[in-house]
Amino acid sequence: MFAYDFMQNAFAAAAIVALACGAVGYFLVLRQQSFAGHALGHVGFAGATGAVLAGLSPFWGLMAVTVAGGALMGALGERLAERDVAVGMVLAVALGFGVLFLNFFTSGAGQANALLFGNVLGVDAATLWRMAGCCGVCLAALGLMARKLLFATLGPELAEAQGADLRLLSMLFLALAGVAVAEAVQVVGVLLVFTLLVGPAAAALRLCTRVGTGFSLSIGLAGAQALVGVALAYVTDWPSSFWISALSGGCYLGAVAVSARRA
Amino acid sequence: MSALLLEGVTLRLGGRTVLRDLDLGVGQGVFVGVLGGNGAGKTTLMRAVLGLVRPSTGRIAVFGRPAERGHRAIGYMPQARAGLTDLRLSGRAFIAAAAGGIGWGPAVSNAAQRADVARVIGLVDAGAYADRPVGALSGGERQRLMLAQALLGQPRLLLLDEPLAGLDPHHQAATIRLVRGLQRRLGITVLFSAHDLNPLLGALDEVLYLGGGHAALGSVDEVVTGPVLSRLYGSPVEVVRAQGRIFVVAGELQAARQGIPASERERHVRV
Repeated sequence: MFAYDFMQNAFAAAAIVALACGAVGYFLVLRQQSFAGHALGHVGFAGATGAVLAGLSPFWGLMAVTVAGGALMGALGERLAERDVAVGMVLAVALGFGVLFLNFFTSGAGQANALLFGNVLGVDAATLWRMAGCCGVCLAALGLMARKLLFATLGPELAEAQGADLRLLSMLFLALAGVAVAEAVQVVGVLLVFTLLVGPAAAALRLCTRVGTGFSLSIGLAGAQALVGVALAYVTDWPSSFWISALSGGCYLGAVAVSARRA
Repeated sequence: MSALLLEGVTLRLGGRTVLRDLDLGVGQGVFVGVLGGNGAGKTTLMRAVLGLVRPSTGRIAVFGRPAERGHRAIGYMPQARAGLTDLRLSGRAFIAAAAGGIGWGPAVSNAAQRADVARVIGLVDAGAYADRPVGALSGGERQRLMLAQALLGQPRLLLLDEPLAGLDPHHQAATIRLVRGLQRRLGITVLFSAHDLNPLLGALDEVLYLGGGHAALGSVDEVVTGPVLSRLYGSPVEVVRAQGRIFVVAGELQAARQGIPASERERHVRV
């Protein structure tokens, strides 16, 4: 299966996405903002379909909307966190607009399916480079802000007293999460963003008491799930998104069982 | 030089004047209990000292320097926070996040920061459970970790916001003993806010009593008296001492006669 170009591209794309999602997801779950990641996927769907309708690239349309949406959620901060109904409504409306834009497509259901559930086997070399670039930006930005972000997460009052701008940090971080979401959509689609962004990170946070090991395990699990998922898809001819979500769910359940037994 | 100096300070929060025209100075190496009911301004005062609330008039100085965010001499322990009960990171990782956490870059501690973390874990006597998940600890143990965070960087003024909230009398006494011991050993100034004066009686050097938008600072015997508190609240208050405990009483009748709503009476009855 490694002989085919599309499989090589698929494995590379899975690895790139897993790297970005595992890293960003660790902080997302630690900050208890995993629902925001889910929300960004849905909002991005409207961005991607809207961009196609306007004759633009769906990838950049998706990215623009998820990054802007992330920054906006960060700016609204706690006021938003307490209003799950409002967030849910925004999600639903965004998804509704996505459906409307889709309705105007002439290309049929193929593109919609790829956006909703991902299409890792359809990644070409140009897309791969674009994804690698975004992943690099994502990791570099995270590396730059990791220390302050961790402080703001575990001791927000103290961090604020020492001069940290909590709102700006939250905006920057959720914008970064927007980049990771846009990447994840290429592999698992908007509906299954949770599987790579939240699943591995949540499992790692259950198992590891140290930041460094948890962060590494989150990336490792995301990578293993994405790569094994793609391989299993090749062997079984079932969708890779199914395998990745099944592996993600399985790993999380395993982590819950292990941590419950320790306690 | 005073550890903390307030000159003509008025603090407003959301259009409401919380504290009016405060003038007070706290000396170095003093253990101060900050007393007052809900909404008396204990937290607002601490946030002003941290530079998080700007005084609408007057100025605040900490060890001779203006009170600003990032003042190196100040350590701060906020009120206990929900959300830590699910945290699987170790106490050590929790504390380490605050060691030099304000800088940019990857979240990796250097040797000096790790040593500081080990030092504060020793200070609060949390060595036995520092490597267990924070969520698996008791409320009292979690609180010690937060106190350890506040001690990072060797502060000379420690602000502790309601450290006794949610603790049983046994743990309250242990917390007071610990903080009093640290305060003496390190020679630092401590502002310790609380609802109830009695658990703190033996430990305090001074009490800063907030009420009715005003403040009174001095020893317990000077401040917690009928005349002083009556002036503070602008209504008759009686102080009763019995069996080594102090009760501040504004009788129901008095409060009712002055048209003070029942919800406001609570603070008149308790210290």
